[in-house]
Amino acid sequence: MFRPDHFTAVLLFALFASVVFGITQRDTPRRMVRFGIYCFVLFAGSAIVLSWLMFLIAR
Amino acid sequence: MRYSQKGMATTPNKLTAAQKETRQGFVYLPLIAGWWVRGTLLAVSIISMFALGIAMQGKIYSGAHDILEMLGLVGDLGNGLLYVVARVLGLGADQVMVTTADYGRAFIVVAGLLNVIAAVDAHNIRTGRKA
Repeated sequence: MFRPDHFTAVLLFALFASVVFGITQRDTPRRMVRFGIYCFVLFAGSAIVLSWLMFLIAR
Repeated sequence: MRYSQKGMATTPNKLTAAQKETRQGFVYLPLIAGWWVRGTLLAVSIISMFALGIAMQGKIYSGAHDILEMLGLVGDLGNGLLYVVARVLGLGADQVMVTTADYGRAFIVVAGLLNVIAAVDAHNIRTGRKA
């Protein structure tokens, strides 16, 4: 059984979803790579920001 | 431009965006050069996501008793053959017992939705809506 911690699961999710978004939502290879990286940063970054917000609210 | 040349194809202006990128030396081009490579990347991503969901003991929806389960079932059905194989082999968990199983459930549902996106994209390429 695979038991990743929460952040590893977030990174795996962001990686696979970004690959699919990048390839399907843009036309040219350069724009695919750029959009894929953009999506990955947004996925992972928003998870980090929201985690800190919830941590600060819970204190 | 002379009147006799008007309407004739001029090669420098007829380059596609992909050809322009090739001429400019896009370094990552070999990674996603052709549709075979892109299709392989899509398949690897979606199948890996589904497999990881199963490995995390994620739940495979088999029926729809309420609206949330119905949405989950729709997402799972997007996996197509993977869903059928998982049901036949009895993979996944019936109930979410541990935290990672909840991550796994989300992975399986999202893999199905990404598969639908990939299928729509393939249809758009076939019909010529996307280059």
